[in-house]
Amino acid sequence: MAAAIRTKFPVLRRFSQVIFASFSSVSSKKCLHGFLSPFTCPSCQQNRLFRTSNGPLRHGDYEYQDPKSEDEIVNITYVQKDGERIPIRGKVGDNVMYLAHRYDIPIEGACEASLACCTCHVYVHDDYSDRIQEATEEEEDMLDMAPFLKESSRLSCQITLSKDLDGIEVTLPQATRNFYVDGHVPEPH
Amino acid sequence: MDVKTGYVAGRLAFRGVLCRISGISTAAHCHAVKKHSCETVFKFSQRSLYQTSTPGQHRWFCHNSTPGQHRWFCHTATPSQHRWFCHTSTPGPHVCIVGSGPAGFYTAQHILKNHKTARVDIYEKLPVPFGLVRFGVAPDHPEVKNVINTFTNTASNERCSFLGNVTVGRDVTVAELRQAYDAVIMSYGADADKEFGIPGEDLSGVYSARAFVGWYNGLPQDKHLAPMLDTDTAVVLGQGNVALDVARILLTPLSILKITDITDHAAAALETSQVKTVYIVGRRGPLQTAFTIKELREMTKLPDCRPLLDPADFAGLEDKVKSLQRPRKRLTELLIKTAQTGGATAQEAQRLAQATKEWGLKFLRSPLEILSSEDGSRVSGIRLGVNQLEGSDSSARAVPTGETEVLSCGLVLRSIGYKSEPIDDTVPFDSQKGVIPNEAGRVTGCKGLYCSGWVRRGPTGVILTTMTDGFETGKAVVDDLTTGILQPVGGVRGQEWIQPLLQKKGIQAVTFEDWNKIDSEEMMRGEKVGKPREKILDVKEMLQVAQS
Repeated sequence: MAAAIRTKFPVLRRFSQVIFASFSSVSSKKCLHGFLSPFTCPSCQQNRLFRTSNGPLRHGDYEYQDPKSEDEIVNITYVQKDGERIPIRGKVGDNVMYLAHRYDIPIEGACEASLACCTCHVYVHDDYSDRIQEATEEEEDMLDMAPFLKESSRLSCQITLSKDLDGIEVTLPQATRNFYVDGHVPEPH
Repeated sequence: MDVKTGYVAGRLAFRGVLCRISGISTAAHCHAVKKHSCETVFKFSQRSLYQTSTPGQHRWFCHNSTPGQHRWFCHTATPSQHRWFCHTSTPGPHVCIVGSGPAGFYTAQHILKNHKTARVDIYEKLPVPFGLVRFGVAPDHPEVKNVINTFTNTASNERCSFLGNVTVGRDVTVAELRQAYDAVIMSYGADADKEFGIPGEDLSGVYSARAFVGWYNGLPQDKHLAPMLDTDTAVVLGQGNVALDVARILLTPLSILKITDITDHAAAALETSQVKTVYIVGRRGPLQTAFTIKELREMTKLPDCRPLLDPADFAGLEDKVKSLQRPRKRLTELLIKTAQTGGATAQEAQRLAQATKEWGLKFLRSPLEILSSEDGSRVSGIRLGVNQLEGSDSSARAVPTGETEVLSCGLVLRSIGYKSEPIDDTVPFDSQKGVIPNEAGRVTGCKGLYCSGWVRRGPTGVILTTMTDGFETGKAVVDDLTTGILQPVGGVRGQEWIQPLLQKKGIQAVTFEDWNKIDSEEMMRGEKVGKPREKILDVKEMLQVAQS
């Protein structure tokens, strides 16, 4: 099912994720347009997509688009520091971290979904953990650095919404929740 | 009335919408613009956005609903650069941050997002921002540097200014800053490195890993290091991530390094490097290493390179592994696996057998003396004391057994940690721990003075640790401003107060707009040689580009 959806919606972020996961981090990475490096790709050059790195080219524009039809909608609930539940109508292909940025949910994302930090750590509700693609070795390595690690820990940047995940619930860990005990909700960056 | 101008890289400020699409999608634009203006109270309407007739150029305006207070507009002169102006008459508290590394930027981010009027000025010794993200992160880890986009976004906030090329303590004192600002935050990191204090540490061929990293990463002060790479064996003293970084850079094929932003001189030197074997030496055992699993895994996957691990070092660990905490458990499992197998598959075994370079971990060894070649011209080896462990967990102590051994090598890199230094005698400093004494980021006994990052906590941790730290200090500042513990003083404050002082001394403060020029120039130079950027190594040259 998930595979069929992915075929139907060849979302760019999923594509780049696969490419990234299949290379070790010392090897050169292909760009979104299929060039060996964004520096040799005319399109990347023109748009300066690569700006500071040749990592995966994902910066959350897709998540700012509203679902085009009801069929696309995937409901997700972010559980905040105080237990407050924020239901969001996401869509197929949305990256859970970038979607959080759109709705001002305090999840960071220092490395921009390139598996080089653990600032977007969340806990996934048990009912859904099996439906998400298993964590890669690289993701597990990064999770090792996350405080308050649990069985259900994942990096939210590695979760892409599919119909299968409708109703998913992700909880923010203590470490990123404590900063906002005064009630401030930071804007996304 | 305060008028600020600045260049904003399109994709960062506008979430990639404005500068890339040619047809106007008003809803998307409005959204992006609203996102960009973050804390401001601007109202946007569809008619406030329109495109000029020239393709590739956008022009848009927005007005606040309260006329006279804010007026904000933007137009692009070139496709990749948006020039924007901000007029505001809103006074707010002035906050100063010393140091523009991750600690400084994350602290600034938190303050700007959680205080609606605070102005944040970030001071930096060098003309270029981002501290260790630029000068510490290895060139083959570009993905780690993506955080620069977040920092650039913070700097693009109209209430945030960058003042590069200003050395606090020399060009301006902390006392002056405290006069000019309502809150001053120390986040200048850990600039010095720890030493062993053993004979031979000053021999030719012995370098601090910090200087070596600075050399390949383009830190102006280290550009003349010219490490002696005409030897087959190098020893790295220390088993943290910096130790693995320098070992990896020494062993990585040049074909991989030369498409990174590594400095040209480092690439040239590494091309002729004779180094074939790198030993990474630690005073304690495999369960006490400080490096993390990502860096270790990279070592195991280095092309043309095989691990030299003694299975005896890991004897008996397999039973212990089960009871370890997950990160240490996975790390140890990887170590054991690497030591035991000569490659899990035939293909891997062949790769390892054919490798021409090797790296090894040596445990329970403390350097006693660095030995000189007969003519005294350079290092020829290192005398190591053999240790045994007292205790077995992460706090186990290394105790000398009295036994010693000599390891021949022609290059020694000391990588046992960084340390912070006091900036000024008006700021308390705990020289024992190498940090500024503080409570939740508030410097002990100094109202209005704060600290964050390594100078607050000590030089360890990953980017998340520094982010946590920066946010905590940011929260302390915002709390103190909102609860009235800090009472903002009105009048001419902040950089308006400091700038005349700098001008008097002939200091040219580099703005973020200036940095964008340096950034573009570096990327342009890089493009010509197939690299993401070619860093400018000379402060004078940076300033010239900034002024151009």
